[in-house]
Amino acid sequence: MKLSYFPGCTLKNKAKDLDEYARRSALALGIELEEIEEWQCCGGVFTASRDEIATKLSSVRALAAAKKKDQPLVSVCSACHNVIRQTNYAMQNDEEFAFKVNNYMGEEEAYDGTAQVYHYLEMLRDLVGFDRIRERVVNPLTGKKIAAYYGCLLLRPAKVMAMDDPENPQIMEDLIRALGAEPVIYAYRNECCGGYVTLEDPELSRKKSNTVSDSAANNGAEMIVTACPLCRYNLVKNGSVLPVVYFTELLAEALGVKEVKA
Amino acid sequence: MNKANENLREEIQLISGVNPRKCMRCGKCSATCPSYDEMEYHPHQFVYMVETGNIEPLLKSESMFKCLSCFACVDRCPREVEPAKLVEAIRLAAERRQGGDRLTPDDIPAFLDDETPQQLLVSALRKYKK
Ligand code: SF4
Ligand code: SF4
Repeated sequence: MKLSYFPGCTLKNKAKDLDEYARRSALALGIELEEIEEWQCCGGVFTASRDEIATKLSSVRALAAAKKKDQPLVSVCSACHNVIRQTNYAMQNDEEFAFKVNNYMGEEEAYDGTAQVYHYLEMLRDLVGFDRIRERVVNPLTGKKIAAYYGCLLLRPAKVMAMDDPENPQIMEDLIRALGAEPVIYAYRNECCGGYVTLEDPELSRKKSNTVSDSAANNGAEMIVTACPLCRYNLVKNGSVLPVVYFTELLAEALGVKEVKA
Repeated sequence: MNKANENLREEIQLISGVNPRKCMRCGKCSATCPSYDEMEYHPHQFVYMVETGNIEPLLKSESMFKCLSCFACVDRCPREVEPAKLVEAIRLAAERRQGGDRLTPDDIPAFLDDETPQQLLVSALRKYKK
């Protein structure tokens, strides 16, 4: 199965692991991630305003490119996924906005908001299936207690993201179980790490991040997994008592594709 | 409400697509807001102040820059008011005024460390600059 893939700028730079393990694991599961040609940065956050067009064009172009190939569009980074998904929702549901975007893009083909958008986790759940992943695991992570950290971007706004129950998500816990490990449930798994405000108010993000990592640790977790480079940065920078790794790294490890053979 | 405030309210409603009159003042948005302690005006006050056209104080306050865009208030509001969209619209209105940028690309290097993800830089520029 071939899917269109939007890696995003962070995965090409500081979060190369997140990208590399995602591709390798997908291949092990029979999926080829085909990078969208000439994609541009999603901008990191969705501007929730109806009159902003320019900041949403890179997402629209990526969506249109996937649609043209008749492939679902997959991304791994929580932020890219959030921006692309919210943009797609606006294209589907806000006629005036969609008109302005298509009008601006001019000679390019009009995009109607009908591309299918998957986060990599949704791809695992809905296109591969956790049972199939379980069968493919060669190094089960038996006995590991792992806290899934969702943060905000994967889940909210729930009406738009539609990935999981925003107050009691399961998708990462189900993956952790499929890999043979034990998920740890804790109160702050869907609360914010402080996000971009860390840039000008590091103290705020320190408080928010430590609440998350302490809550995971107090519930017996040995490590935290995330899909978001900014969550990972904030947690680690603020001295998380637990290691924080990308979920794709665990997946690659369990599937036996973490190390590349020389 | 004077004309200037009315126009401002119109603009904020247009940018955000939010109808503040749906609010029933339960305060749930503010109760769930992770930045509550840092804000001078809290999410439910954004809603009320836009509804009553008392918008200038919001435009002059730091509160909009404390919003993490976590969308908790959007998901947890029982009336689908979507307060975060009002905060965003206030921020845009402030930044679109002359000299409204809070950050320029030249300011960025001072904030960098070895691990800073691009995501943080592009997000900050999008939030702090028109
Ligand atoms: S989106 Fe902003 S205002 Fe709403 S709960 Fe989050 S931080 Fe508070
Ligand atoms: S949660 Fe919704 S209804 Fe309640 S005060 Fe906030 S905006 Fe108003």
